[in-house]
Amino acid sequence: MSQQEIDQLVDQDYKYGFVTDIESDTLPPGLNEDVIREISTRKGEPEWLLEWRLEAYAKWLEMTPPEWAHLDYAPIDFQAISYFSAPKKQGDGPKSLDEVDPALIETYNKLGIPLEEQKMLAGVAVDAVFDSVSVVTTFKEKLHEAGVVFCPLSEAVHSHPELVKKFLGSVVPQNDNYYGALNSAVFSDGSFVYIPKGVRCPMELSTYFRINQQNTGQFERTLIVAEEGSYVSYLEGCTAPQRDENQLHAAVVELVAETDAEIKYSTVQNWFAGDDEGKGGIYNFVTKRGECRGDRAKISWTQLETGSAITWKYPSCVLKGADSVGEFYSVAVAGKKQQADTGTKMVHIGPRTRSTIISKGISTARGQNAYRGLVKVLPGAVDARNFTQCDSLLIGDQCGAHTFPYVEAQEPSAQLEHEATTSKVSDDQLFYLRTRGMSEEDALNMVVNGFCKEVFQKLPMEFAVEAEALLGITLEGAVG
Amino acid sequence: MLSIRNLHARVGDKPILKGINLEIGTGEIHAIMGPNGSGKSTLSSVLAGRDDYEVTDGEVIYMGQNLLDLEPEERAWAGVFLSFQYPVEIPGVKNIYLLKAAVNAIREHRGLPELKAGEFLKLVREKLKVMQMDEAFLHRNVNEGFSGGEKKRNEILQMQLLEPTLALLDETDSGLDVDALRVVGEGINRMRSPERSVLLVTHYQRLLDIVKPDFVHVLAHGEIKLSGDHTLAEKLEREGYEGIEAA
Repeated sequence: MSQQEIDQLVDQDYKYGFVTDIESDTLPPGLNEDVIREISTRKGEPEWLLEWRLEAYAKWLEMTPPEWAHLDYAPIDFQAISYFSAPKKQGDGPKSLDEVDPALIETYNKLGIPLEEQKMLAGVAVDAVFDSVSVVTTFKEKLHEAGVVFCPLSEAVHSHPELVKKFLGSVVPQNDNYYGALNSAVFSDGSFVYIPKGVRCPMELSTYFRINQQNTGQFERTLIVAEEGSYVSYLEGCTAPQRDENQLHAAVVELVAETDAEIKYSTVQNWFAGDDEGKGGIYNFVTKRGECRGDRAKISWTQLETGSAITWKYPSCVLKGADSVGEFYSVAVAGKKQQADTGTKMVHIGPRTRSTIISKGISTARGQNAYRGLVKVLPGAVDARNFTQCDSLLIGDQCGAHTFPYVEAQEPSAQLEHEATTSKVSDDQLFYLRTRGMSEEDALNMVVNGFCKEVFQKLPMEFAVEAEALLGITLEGAVG
Repeated sequence: MLSIRNLHARVGDKPILKGINLEIGTGEIHAIMGPNGSGKSTLSSVLAGRDDYEVTDGEVIYMGQNLLDLEPEERAWAGVFLSFQYPVEIPGVKNIYLLKAAVNAIREHRGLPELKAGEFLKLVREKLKVMQMDEAFLHRNVNEGFSGGEKKRNEILQMQLLEPTLALLDETDSGLDVDALRVVGEGINRMRSPERSVLLVTHYQRLLDIVKPDFVHVLAHGEIKLSGDHTLAEKLEREGYEGIEAA
């Protein structure tokens, strides 16, 4: 493969780069206490939540942006960003799909979001976040019957204040990290999921995020609580339109799994990666953490990260309960001038806790992909076990793969295993497949999908198909 | 079917093929023999379209078209198949997935409808039986952890499924024990047909005892030094290549 061919491979237009023309209600750029009060007022929040935001803001002011990641970008001007944007709505918001602005529905259709009835019947309930306000929540009734709460966080603040109060910030505290603190101060909206004791959520829950307004940072905050013996699978998909300026996205996701509960959290992230020079892409600084609070609880993170100019993301598990399990399965693609610094943290606290980390990094063009992981075993986590596997695949010779595995074991009975490989897509592999009648592009897709298989197998079926297709689009033009 | 005229090819600055001339008629089996480093494998690689080799002169006409103008996959669609001397591992890709994708890619270009999962499974099971391969083969990753013999059987299995018009078999007998050699040889014999031609590259005569070629050519120093019928192979086996190389 020549360099020119490789350049072509990575050089493809962003398919989702359209802007929806909807009147929106946007705050002018800038961040101060008044802005936070204004956000809270516009969302009709109770006093305690405003106080919580202000506390977070005060803490954020004393913090500095992290610089340890393997990332290169100009400092972000936080005063140049608008912190609230909502589509203007008539009255109290839509009660059904018919009441939703047709332009919005059109946007969702372009994104292929399954809002149509047929798709709903297929068993997917969607809580769509359009810029900052959740617009449509489907399938609520069926979930309601099961006792499951699935709604925008802003709604849960009113409908289930005691739950939100109890769990918000209990996994990711306000001052956890710089971007997490910023999120706590200005978070826009996100999903709230509550699965009562013993309930198996009757369908996959799904949320699509999309950044639409220019200069609006998006700060989702998602909270999922699975009570004793319950189960939920949650899917998150992300896209954003093409812009010239870089946009900031700083989300927080908190998961709580009680005794014998299981949470499966899957993400397909396809935010605009920027142009070949990295211009205009999303800065994705995300804090995701789950706590296995009870014995035998289980949390799995599965992610496909193909977009964003910068990805800074470490979905983590805190394994408190005895015999609790944490899993992290990740495919991260860095092409163009994308930079990805992603991985996980597994913190073993309870006895016999187990964790598995499978990370697959793919680098093409001038992409830089870093795996950063921490496995921490605290004293008392008797017989804790971790297995880590980090594989890197390089396509072309201008990209990079980096691995930063950290291990802190303070419990002598812990068993930790680490495997790492780096490979290149070889001309031999491509030639072999081409002599079997596959185009160069199909051949590359086959090799790459084979590389990612262990992770894709962990995605729910429908998502796995989408993930393969998305990977295909991402690598389009990568060869010949 | 295939007409190779004055073919010159090199790797970097090193000329490997120095004017090959060869006519392969429809339904014929030609064996190319020769010492190590004579250019045997280069010839089959060039014919299949490997771009490590630069063709510096000559032409190759395959069924009326200039083969050298085609991409490797276009050659496959046109009915050319290469059995690799060293089949390549594709981690994470199940054999059955590759086989089905290959069969359907080629069917598509022959204007045939895609084989459904059930139809494909029926076909592949039939071929597995011929190659005396276990069905577990289908669910292993392509060539990963295969023994030398398993890899070669897998190549011939692919040939059976893809039904090429021109099969290029590169050292298909190397690394095979006697039993495997017989299975592979018989697998090739089953593919003999008046519509199909085979170019069989080999170092030893033993495969030619099972697959009787119509013509045998001896390649040395990038040129065909000698051609004859299958008795030439027997002669070489007795007398070695030395006399020919000197010629």
